Amino acid sequence: MINLTIDGKQVQAESGMTILQAAKANGIEIPTFCYDPALSKAGACRICVVEVEGARLLAAACVAPIYEGMVVHTNSEKVQKSRRINLELLWANHNQDCLTCEKAGECKLQELCYKYGVTESRFEGKKRNLPIFDDNPFYIRDYNKCINCGKCIRACQEIQINETYDFVDRGFNTHPDTAYRVDLMAKESPCVFCGNCVAVCPTGALTSKINRGTFRTWEVEKKVKTTCTYCGCGCGLELNVIGNKVVRVTPDLSGTTPNEHGALCTKGRFGFDFINREDRLTNPLIKENGKFRKASWEEALDLIASKLKGIADVNGGNSLMFLSSARTTNEENYLMQKLSRAVFKTNNVDHCARL
Amino acid sequence: MNYIETDGVKIVLRNFGKIDPLKVEEYVARGGYESLKKALTAMTPEAVIEEVKASGLRGRGGAGFPTGLKWSFTKKDADQKYIVCNADEGEPGTAKDRLIMTGDPHGLIEGMAIAGYAIGATKGFIYCRGEYTTSINTLNHAINQARENGFLGENLFGTDFTFNLEVRSGAGAYVCGEETALIESIEGHRGMPRFKPPFPGGAGLWGKPTVVNNVETLANVPVILDKGADWYKSIGTEKSAGTKIFILCGNLRNTGALELPFGMTVREVMETYGGGLLTGRDLQMVHLGGAASGIMPPALIDTPLTYEDLQAVGQGLGSGVILAIDDQKDFMSYICSNTHFFEHESCGKCTPCREGTARINEILHRIAAGDGTLEDLDNLKDLGEMMQISALCGLGQAAPTPVLTSLEHFMDKYVEAVSGKKNEVNEEAVATEAIHKSYYEAAPIKLD
Amino acid sequence: MAGLAASFGSGAMTNSISEFSKAKCIFVIGSNTTETHPIISLQIKKAVKYNGAKLIVADPRRIDLIDFADVWMRHKSGTDVALFNGMMHVILKEGLADEEFIKERTEKFDELKAVVDKYTPEYASEITGVPAEDIIEAARIYASAENSSIAYAMGITQHTCGVDNVRSSANLAMVTGNMGKEGTGVNPLRGQNNVQGACDMGALNAVYTGYQKVTLPAVKEKFEKAWGVEGLSDKPGYTVTSSFAAVEEGKVKGMFIMGENPMVSDPNTGHIEHCLKALDFLVVQDIFLTPTAQLADVVLPAATFAEKEGTFTNTERRVLKVRQAINPIGNSKPDWKILCEIATCCGYPMDYANAEEIFEEIASVTPSYGGISYDRIEETGGLAWPCPTKDHPGTKFLHKGKFARGLGEFKGIEWKAPAENPDDAYPLILSTGRSLFHYHTGSMTRRAKALDEYLPKNRVEINPAKAAELGIANGEQVKISTRRGEVVTEAYVTERVPEHTIFLLFHFEEAAANRLTNNALDPVCGIPEYKACAAKIEKIS
Ligand SMILES: Cc1cc2nc3c(=O)[nH]c(=O)nc-3n(C[C@H](O)[C@H](O)[C@H](O)COP(=O)(O)O)c2cc1C
Ligand code: SF4
Ligand code: SF4
Ligand code: SF4
Repeated sequence: MINLTIDGKQVQAESGMTILQAAKANGIEIPTFCYDPALSKAGACRICVVEVEGARLLAAACVAPIYEGMVVHTNSEKVQKSRRINLELLWANHNQDCLTCEKAGECKLQELCYKYGVTESRFEGKKRNLPIFDDNPFYIRDYNKCINCGKCIRACQEIQINETYDFVDRGFNTHPDTAYRVDLMAKESPCVFCGNCVAVCPTGALTSKINRGTFRTWEVEKKVKTTCTYCGCGCGLELNVIGNKVVRVTPDLSGTTPNEHGALCTKGRFGFDFINREDRLTNPLIKENGKFRKASWEEALDLIASKLKGIADVNGGNSLMFLSSARTTNEENYLMQKLSRAVFKTNNVDHCARL
Repeated sequence: MNYIETDGVKIVLRNFGKIDPLKVEEYVARGGYESLKKALTAMTPEAVIEEVKASGLRGRGGAGFPTGLKWSFTKKDADQKYIVCNADEGEPGTAKDRLIMTGDPHGLIEGMAIAGYAIGATKGFIYCRGEYTTSINTLNHAINQARENGFLGENLFGTDFTFNLEVRSGAGAYVCGEETALIESIEGHRGMPRFKPPFPGGAGLWGKPTVVNNVETLANVPVILDKGADWYKSIGTEKSAGTKIFILCGNLRNTGALELPFGMTVREVMETYGGGLLTGRDLQMVHLGGAASGIMPPALIDTPLTYEDLQAVGQGLGSGVILAIDDQKDFMSYICSNTHFFEHESCGKCTPCREGTARINEILHRIAAGDGTLEDLDNLKDLGEMMQISALCGLGQAAPTPVLTSLEHFMDKYVEAVSGKKNEVNEEAVATEAIHKSYYEAAPIKLD
Repeated sequence: MAGLAASFGSGAMTNSISEFSKAKCIFVIGSNTTETHPIISLQIKKAVKYNGAKLIVADPRRIDLIDFADVWMRHKSGTDVALFNGMMHVILKEGLADEEFIKERTEKFDELKAVVDKYTPEYASEITGVPAEDIIEAARIYASAENSSIAYAMGITQHTCGVDNVRSSANLAMVTGNMGKEGTGVNPLRGQNNVQGACDMGALNAVYTGYQKVTLPAVKEKFEKAWGVEGLSDKPGYTVTSSFAAVEEGKVKGMFIMGENPMVSDPNTGHIEHCLKALDFLVVQDIFLTPTAQLADVVLPAATFAEKEGTFTNTERRVLKVRQAINPIGNSKPDWKILCEIATCCGYPMDYANAEEIFEEIASVTPSYGGISYDRIEETGGLAWPCPTKDHPGTKFLHKGKFARGLGEFKGIEWKAPAENPDDAYPLILSTGRSLFHYHTGSMTRRAKALDEYLPKNRVEINPAKAAELGIANGEQVKISTRRGEVVTEAYVTERVPEHTIFLLFHFEEAAANRLTNNALDPVCGIPEYKACAAKIEKIS
């Protein structure tokens, strides 16, 4: 354990921790942009700078290791001033389109500008002026909103273990893009549209196209943690709900799910909109003369019970077959086999495990 | 190449012009590789480090960090370590390292082998500025000769020390001279600096402990071992031991590179070796140490050229460039050319520098064009000071230095500019960097 | 499944997903992991990129994982057994086997040895088409690594020799002692979200929950007591595939299908359609009017996973929570509620107040789930069975110290050619599989806007040499035919497939791969042969 002072408070923290970790462990929050516990460190955005007594430079808390006797000020005037200018710099090179931005309400830049009272920038001037890349069905890239945190690059490399992006250009024009700036749908692009980059982007630079323009982030009433309905990986995810509609999927970052770092694939993240599709079955249907008609539950259930019982009565329970489903829950599969076995006394129950 | 001869003691340029750099036997004839032999056969690595420490040698790459100390900080237990020579020499106007590499390559090679022995590195890299084709060729030739003569390779001088050396050609960006960006570049990545710590001495090239030293720094080492720390320390001043290569350029009668013991004043050097300004011209300012160093007003030119004296007046020695600018040159044009340089060279990784260098340049151009305000001056100061303490690497930290020092010493010129006086900034020339280079024109920076 | 159970005593994935990233060698065979188990592939790729693991891939197709592989064995479809035997031959010959493990923990090694003996790398190479050096190298890497893991999926099981393939993989793991330790094992990657759970729950013709056999009197008695009924059947029932044959024979007259779409998912669609139409009564319960539902007499609207509570058991045996986010759409209901109502209507009242009550009953009759409860899942994020008691932490990897069946059983297996081989009339091997962008029969993903926009239609992969020979250009319409049917789709000319193989996705009902596939079954576990059947392809002008 290491003893240090943070904001006048004597605290202890584990050796090897960064200032950011030590502060967090002691209930002190330091703002970050480029830091993400799931990713390697960049130390690049410099918003997390703090003052360390005896040091000429401010230290980037996300990468600076703690040491015995260290005295840290996370919110001194010098620190605040640096952060404010940092934000002014970012804001000046931002397209400032909060009103219609998909990210508004959850944008880290917006949040910190609010916190640090940055309402305008003294450094307005030229702006990055790049086309908006709307080159695939899943997400849009608008680097005019990018703050170069590089998280998308690292998420792709370190979570998706892919190498879609790197920084291109230099200096003021630096921004992430694909190698040779090909479209994401191009053959040469390795992107698999998992959206793990979209999930870590702190601004509106990378945003999902699903339900775009139909809701504001703050309208999300609840985020329900659940398990993905697609493949057998069993990834944890959050269904975001407004009214009776699932409007988007966000990662479950609780760290206890099978999908490390809340990583998802393209189906889990972008493939949920079947839930609220118009053509969902909403009523029982009974076929009459080769055509379906709507029916009440009562009618449908009575018909089913009498037909199944009728067949079983005449031909025995073994003349019925119950096809259960690898898509439904354990509870439902349990009831299905119970139905066939306990009610109709047949082991004719199976599902497509073998497919 | 304009080399200015002096009568004083020479260390790193001791062989310059006296031997054929392509002939190892001529280097050996002047005592070459004796220091390496001495180190390997008669000294422990610790003793070598102690000797270098005692000599007071400080890094000649710009930061002036004590070399022996840096070596002693290298992580001890590691399966592999590296010594890397920083020969990127990207500082405008600077051509000192090239003198050594083309004039006395074995001096550098010997220095690296000794450094390798001291820190326990069996492999070295020389990261040489890409445009320096003569340097690269000369070094490769010298490395081959050294290997053939048993000065590089396995079991040197019959000991179990092995040392190999490789030249890597630089990617061409100024920032690649920053040691961690240089490491990234050698590793084959985009030349973007890493955060520190870990310092290269802890985890550098491919994550292994690495010492990065400047060419001139390393070239001092054989002489220190040969003549001893005491002898070395007797040259220069208490805190600035030895000699330094300075480059005189700008509006002086004579320009060129020369090796001098630390301690002469700026004025003495300019007058004694630079021949002073042209008749009828007055000194406007000196830009000392390179693009990222301070702007010195005439009032300070009696400061001795030492680390300590310059620091005391808020200036720095940098790479050793002494750029004299007379009163015929336009002040704002010079400042703008300098800020343009940094906007262009920022690697783009961290916010303060990527955005800040662009805004400083933008504001200065606005001021120069007569559209500035007094607030702009405050904003420049705020922004510059923030970059100094918040940028990730030395580039962004130092980029505002010329602006901040000139704001301090030449406020009147700025006030004049924001009060409506239109300057004749040659925008096109600034934009093409030509103007920035033109200030160094008189200097011997024609590339190989 | 049947294969692994015979070798080890349990058919499930032996180790957990996160352990892949800790393995020093991973041998992936018959799994296009990046597309079918994307998140598991992240662990495999991570092992290679950040943990120095070696990756061996055996696959006839040039799947994306090959970019990360140290050795790629492009074996002919249906020759897996020969490949495994060849590797084991090398391992035994070069003394790379784990003698102690074989002695202490397994039986019938001699039987294996006798068979493997003749599978020299050269002989295996002849059958598989993989260069002998590659088989040797793969064997050495797999056997020498500190811990080696095997992962496979449908590419191994979906053959008439599926069980043989699986048992061969078990042989390989046991020969090298790569069992019962972290980052080792034999890991069948199960395809659908809850295929493991459906099996665990006894939605299988021969077992109750937790693989308790219907034929055992004690088990029968236990369930009779638990369910308050008498006369539970002790005869195994029909499997999905055999049930269709039974329909044809007039033995099965009524069918209740919950959330399945055999019209698209099952082999030989023509045959399935014929059978479903022959039924006296068909109920289909689903979320959309699938091709199967369209044939039903009664269709019941079910709720999606977003509209109900419950649990899924993922491929690593971990029981995970499904939580309700929205109300069931329209008048739809969760499947469990519908089942309760049907049972009640049929005179067997089922009145569970919620899914949790059902789960409690499951835990009470299923030893391996005995210690799992909703509360514990909430606390831990999910528990992997076996978890017999309330204080049991769950089981990350199986067979530690001892196999579930006691000793691991080797079985010497000879390679057998696939049921249907290419001939003059049908000269190509047709293989079917999945895409990253769609799921199973496509009933959900085809309705997800972005996914369907990305991949709106099927296409058949064909090797450039073969395409040139047949005068087929990329993007052209082609007709694929087999002895069972034809499909018209677009040609995708690519090196991904070897010269004599074509590959078709099965998610698209309008170009349904299963109109073409063979319903020949593995004699032991009844898995149809999707991965290899004889086909021909021609350009349509
Ligand atoms: C932007 C930037 C450029 C630099 N360029 C060089 C260079 O060209 N040559 C050099 O030796 N050092 C350069 N340095 C300094 C190196 O980072 C490093 O401090 C030096 O190589 C250490 O060697 P020394 O201790 O021998 O001086 C540069 C630093 C920065 C921040
Ligand atoms: S969507 Fe996935 S694969 Fe594509 S760039 Fe983002 S992280 Fe990489
Ligand atoms: S696109 Fe987003 S994640 Fe990527 S660098 Fe820009 S702000 Fe960061
Ligand atoms: S200070 Fe400039 S050069 Fe250095 S890391 Fe930041 S952007 Fe790059």
